Amino acid sequence: MEKGFSPVGLRVLVVDDDPTWLKILEKMLKKCSYEVTTCGLAREALRLLRERKDGFDIVISDVNMPDMDGFKLLEHVGLELDLPVIMMSVDGETSRVMKGVQHGACDYLLKPIRMKELKIIWQHVLRKKLQEVRDIEGCCYDVGADWFTQAQFLGGGEDVSFGKKRKDFDFEKKLFQDESDQSSSSKKARVVWSYELHQKFVNAVNQIGCDHKAGPKKILDLMNIPWLTRENVASHLQKYRLYLSRLEKGKEIKCYSGGVKNMDSPPKDAEINSGHQSPGKSSSYAFLKATETDPKQLAPASVSDPTSGVHMPPKAKKTRIGYDPPNSSGVFDSLLPWNDVPDPLESKPPILYENSFLQQQPLPSQSSYVANSAPSLMQEEMKPSYVNEDEFLMPQDKNSTVILQDMDLSAPFSSNATSNTDSIPGSLNWELPEAHHSGSLDTDLDFTWLHGEHFFANSGLQNFQFQDYTSSTSLLSEPPPHLWYGNDRLPDPDEYTLMVDQGLFIS
Amino acid sequence: MDTLVAQLQRQFRDYTISLYHQGFLDDQFTELKKLQDECSPDFVAEVVSLFFEDCEKLIGNMARALDQTGNVDFSLVGSSVHQLKGSSSSVGAKRVKGLCVTFKECCDSQNFEGCVRCLQQVDIEYKSLKAKLQDLFNLEQQIVQAGGRIPQVDI
Repeated sequence: MEKGFSPVGLRVLVVDDDPTWLKILEKMLKKCSYEVTTCGLAREALRLLRERKDGFDIVISDVNMPDMDGFKLLEHVGLELDLPVIMMSVDGETSRVMKGVQHGACDYLLKPIRMKELKIIWQHVLRKKLQEVRDIEGCCYDVGADWFTQAQFLGGGEDVSFGKKRKDFDFEKKLFQDESDQSSSSKKARVVWSYELHQKFVNAVNQIGCDHKAGPKKILDLMNIPWLTRENVASHLQKYRLYLSRLEKGKEIKCYSGGVKNMDSPPKDAEINSGHQSPGKSSSYAFLKATETDPKQLAPASVSDPTSGVHMPPKAKKTRIGYDPPNSSGVFDSLLPWNDVPDPLESKPPILYENSFLQQQPLPSQSSYVANSAPSLMQEEMKPSYVNEDEFLMPQDKNSTVILQDMDLSAPFSSNATSNTDSIPGSLNWELPEAHHSGSLDTDLDFTWLHGEHFFANSGLQNFQFQDYTSSTSLLSEPPPHLWYGNDRLPDPDEYTLMVDQGLFIS
Repeated sequence: MDTLVAQLQRQFRDYTISLYHQGFLDDQFTELKKLQDECSPDFVAEVVSLFFEDCEKLIGNMARALDQTGNVDFSLVGSSVHQLKGSSSSVGAKRVKGLCVTFKECCDSQNFEGCVRCLQQVDIEYKSLKAKLQDLFNLEQQIVQAGGRIPQVDI
């Protein structure tokens, strides 16, 4: 993808209520050979962005605008569309700049802005694309970057390997999507779990006490963050639990040594499912039921269990799942049809989804997995997990089977997946691994625990890797080159992005 | 034996330099000139016009806000000042921008007299700049009409 990247023709949306600056910036950006669209109102800008979901590469916005705070716009753009946003202001006060960074701005420019500053804004676009590639590739790593190799490893299990291959192709199709094929972009909305947000989450969990009693609803209530949904919390909770159980197992956790790593989480359903056994059987049954849910539905419209909410509309250009309209003014309500299921989503599901296992019936034997996490079942369980592998990467609607399998898959690594989650220690540092993959499987697995999406994808494969890959590092080696090119719209596994330093919403 | 063009060009150069030296303009104005090209030959004039329109509007807002005797909304005044600051930074209106800083401080401290004074000064300053830039553009036009090229002035 980087090969094809060129700053020329970069599609920039400039938002500024100052007509003088708007004119000047337009001229400057045009001189940089960018394609410029100007907007004098934040509201207008959001409308434009939503209308042309893949029509822009980057947004430059002033901080002070009459109809909407620039930071709010920044949040919306980041959440909904996941576009890089540069803030501008004549005010360079540290607190303001910090606020910009916290709200997710990829840069903060002081007015008067110089040509040289605008000439290099394309780096933010490229960086974001690279991150996405890395995220996907990371997922692939965990589930076996080399899809075909994996199929080989699967060896027997006809159905599984067949299913795997089929999914491989679907996924590969997605990966190989022409960069210019905007229509099949599958940007998803994402909840950015900033450090602060995560802290609130942890506090809420701790407050509730016993982890297995800490259900998403309770946590959500305690956190008291208006825009956060139960589904968001549920998925985060799963990750957290798995993370904790990992820690418990005493595996070495690599510390996140600074710098924000933008990690997309694995498909919601995977997250939700994984590690979510604690809530009890009832929830797993709920997951089973959830399979039927329309994967394209947004949280509000879907089943209330965690899995449904997770599902990210396949095509959504970062539509926020289960986003409840901010409790601010009515202005936002009109601006944010969060609860609407965007049409494009409905009409343009990624190829992947058409064959997705979401539509599949959960394997009847699945339920047994929940109750039985005996290692001896691992082998069998692995198969179903593979079946759902791809889902780890795609923000798909919950697939109950995924949940169950993940739970069981983790069994070999811990005596009992369920028990792991039950005994989650009180407070933990939310450490994120900084490196991507190491040579050892173990550490990789650890990494993946902490990586948003990796964790999930990996959890499904734990067993498999251990049993069949122990001596092989092929999974961890270079991702297939094809993953790197022509993928400016890689399926964003999840809206789930763990960003330590970029607090998005601190209420 | 100076030709008309040469004289005009010299006048233009001197006048431009004096505007910078007297602090009316800063390097942002230079940047604006650089942006002017064949595609937009009147770019600077257009931008500057926008700025002065903005000035009028914002100063009007401030005056109205300050006129609410006994019930002055200083934050409103302050936000207009902030906008003016941003605007003036766009064209390199150095003096106006400088005044905005003082003006903002008066707003923050809710200093009514200070605000009124600042408002008056800002009004005088932007009008003064407007007149000077008008003279400058006239000189440019005269040079062009006399068949000459507008000299590049390096400050």
